[in-house]
Amino acid sequence: MAVDNGRRRVVVTGIGVVAPGEAGTKAFWDLLTAGRSATRTISTFDPTPFRSRVAAECDFDPEASGLTQRQIRQWDRTAQFAVVAAREALADSGVSGVNDPVRTGVMAGTACGMTISLDREFAVVSDEGRKHLVDDAHGVPYLYDYFVPSSMATELAWLVEAEGPVGVVSTGCTSGIDVIAHACDLIRDDAADVMLAGASDAAISPITVACFDAIKATTPRNDEPESASRPFDLTRNGFALGEGAAMFVLEEREHARRRGAHIYAEVTGYAGRCNAYSMTGLRVDGNEMAEAIRVALDRSRMNPEDVGYVNAHGSATKQNDRHETAAFKKSLGDHAYRVPVSSIKSMIGHSLGAVCALEFAASALAIEHSVVPPTANLHVPDPECDLDYVPLTAREQRVPTVLSVASGFGGFQSAIVLAGPEWSGA
Amino acid sequence: MAEFTLDDLIAVLKEAAGADEGVDLDDILDVPFTDLGYDSLALFNTVNTIERDRGIALPDETVVEATTPRLLLDAVNRGLAKAA
Amino acid sequence: MTEVVVTGVGVVAPNGWGVEEYWAATLAGRSGLGPLTRFDSSGYRAHVAGEVNFTPEDHLPGRLLPQTDHMTRLALVAAAEALADAGADPAVMPDFSAGVVTAASAGGFEFGQKELRALWSKGPAYVSAYQAFAWFYPVNTGQISIRHGMRGPGSALVAEQAGGLDALAKARRHVREGTALMLAGAVDGSLCPWSWLCLTRSGTVSPRRDPRRAFLPFDADASGGVPGEGGALLVLEAPERAAERGQHRHYGRIAGYAATFDPRPGSGRPPGLRRAIDTALADAGLGPSDIDVVFADASGVAEQDRAEAEVLSAVFGPRGVPVTAPKTMTGRLLAGGAPLDVAAALLALRDAVIPPSVHIAQPAHRDLDLVRDRPRPARLTSALVLARGHGGFNSALVLTR
Repeated sequence: MAVDNGRRRVVVTGIGVVAPGEAGTKAFWDLLTAGRSATRTISTFDPTPFRSRVAAECDFDPEASGLTQRQIRQWDRTAQFAVVAAREALADSGVSGVNDPVRTGVMAGTACGMTISLDREFAVVSDEGRKHLVDDAHGVPYLYDYFVPSSMATELAWLVEAEGPVGVVSTGCTSGIDVIAHACDLIRDDAADVMLAGASDAAISPITVACFDAIKATTPRNDEPESASRPFDLTRNGFALGEGAAMFVLEEREHARRRGAHIYAEVTGYAGRCNAYSMTGLRVDGNEMAEAIRVALDRSRMNPEDVGYVNAHGSATKQNDRHETAAFKKSLGDHAYRVPVSSIKSMIGHSLGAVCALEFAASALAIEHSVVPPTANLHVPDPECDLDYVPLTAREQRVPTVLSVASGFGGFQSAIVLAGPEWSGA
Repeated sequence: MAEFTLDDLIAVLKEAAGADEGVDLDDILDVPFTDLGYDSLALFNTVNTIERDRGIALPDETVVEATTPRLLLDAVNRGLAKAA
Repeated sequence: MTEVVVTGVGVVAPNGWGVEEYWAATLAGRSGLGPLTRFDSSGYRAHVAGEVNFTPEDHLPGRLLPQTDHMTRLALVAAAEALADAGADPAVMPDFSAGVVTAASAGGFEFGQKELRALWSKGPAYVSAYQAFAWFYPVNTGQISIRHGMRGPGSALVAEQAGGLDALAKARRHVREGTALMLAGAVDGSLCPWSWLCLTRSGTVSPRRDPRRAFLPFDADASGGVPGEGGALLVLEAPERAAERGQHRHYGRIAGYAATFDPRPGSGRPPGLRRAIDTALADAGLGPSDIDVVFADASGVAEQDRAEAEVLSAVFGPRGVPVTAPKTMTGRLLAGGAPLDVAAALLALRDAVIPPSVHIAQPAHRDLDLVRDRPRPARLTSALVLARGHGGFNSALVLTR
């Protein structure tokens, strides 16, 4: 067993992305560094009856992405995103064929599972809600795969030929961090050497839009869809729903080194805490997120000053932006005012469980390319959010380490820390 | 349209957000919703139901600003007057 | 490595409300399976279920009712029982020292059906604000955390019917890295027309109408499984931390665990159940001869039963260990079934008795020492609990006294 100071270490050796705009890691990074927003008027169904009619949609062509007709027909869009992103990550890492199946696992994150398919198929079998006793005769054969989201983990396991630990981590909008953290734990605990891990959500569907309408969490800025998502801006009025997936090859560091793999970053620490306060609300003091950040840094053996960039949750609700800003000040002290903080949700919207996996990808790419992605659409700073949010324009600078955070329904607060391969502080 | 009364509000609250046993919903005009066990979600459901059933649209801030039954009744009745 | 013990248990099951009622029913061989009563099943492909019917108003604050699915209400009841059993009140413990990990399968599907119906038949304005979370997979973790003031780590795992053991293992990890107390396991289930339609599409649900003949794992007449609802939540602590707050009694320790995945059908590689058992035993530092009883996954699908029976025979030798499936009295509780088996195994260790499997008249596997119809007294120091999930998931958990 390869150990360092008595512990196994975990590195990122492959990245795959399906994000709003064009699919693929390169297109995603180009979008972010250009500071372009991919939000637009919802096109996949008629949004007229809804309060919020804006979303960041993926220009996803399943056929061009290499899926077969059977997969396109059978798999929910969430599973399609996951598999396409996973293929890119595997090709990027070069791990396929090298990994021992019994030492390989899969952890998939999702907040909403197969929502689009369930929404659509329910409308069919219930005759658009007229029948309580839904009609067996019109139920498609794949309903059970939509019912349990672990069906997505099965497809991913078959793709990477994993026979180690496989499952789904679902913690609402912190799923993307928590799933990577859980996969890292499995590698550290010696249950696997290679984990395919990440998150996928494609939930831009009537039921999702309706439930966020009901709590007025999404933006009603329907007349300016391109600039609808405005984290940390005084004029923000809710998040723009998004969709997407990011998958990663995580490897035990010596396993990656032995095969000469390219290492994007090391995952040095993470922690999650519950606010035990509200299923959707946040306490203004930001205490739970601050605690998660403190513990994640402690496990990374880092001081607040070591954080080179903060990839924020930045959902563009007033409640979140202030809560998070308080948490950064509480956990990072004066360094909170010096470190660049940005929210890529300004460009790709809020894809629920998937988004913090996409943010993890952006964090690894920031280290790789020495660029901090900006917060787009930030023109009028909220005086209560007084940190350096990297408005509008990407910033070229060395990024030795990144702290990425998320808040989720259920009260979940999560923090994860990445360090560049040359980081020696740990 | 008829005035929206405290009794109307209590009925909607019970339906949309439930009520804990032992919480007396009489004489609550100036008791903060949070003290009555109703959080922002409960109020979203309550306000959404009122808007829907009365065919009015209240400002987005209503849920945050109407912190007591009296303030919410005022907001609803202002909305009704505007719609009339 | 830090020892992790179970200091509290909470159970809701089709054949018993609360730990002791469940355990008495299970030892007596009383089944909770019956004709589905929640709705008219005549238009569907299955008709028997393990229901847990109760009056939520008698057990939960009224304010929680409009925002909870049936399975979340059951989970809240089990959580309260488990914490009371452990003598723990997380709200008065130091901040961030207690957390929750639950397993889920499809979330609050009945709540979801109600809201989908409102959306499609009446329009978006009729969708409840609570739909934003009441259906979602970690809803039980969030609601339990809020109700009991548990601000430590929180998570939810999904691996169809295997996830309940994975949740216990994840909680064990949190205790080992320093969290004082973890509540973990699963209470699950979904018995509404929309979920029933989805469940019956799994191809593993028995079409039989006779509750005594519908779920017959390891029987020559096996015809599939029966869905039920309920499960168990357990309190996990390091014994010295439990002792610090005055709790010295515990049910047993979580000594070993492993999860594996089956290769793609047709790959020619062996399935993963055996490796899950071997690895869990190694994790516990035990050999097959140390295991005194196995709580089988017992799917009720003949081919899966055969695979499990063959693995047990290969690991323990023919009739080498007593095997039981008390889930014949509850049905398969989605994510909740395996944690309920863990509860039963801990009670078996406590009382030196193996609970029976029921209704199995024609055992199909000669090499399987199946404990049938009557409880079997036995000196027990360790138990193995197995769980498999649709799609290839295998999990194994070892418990010791």
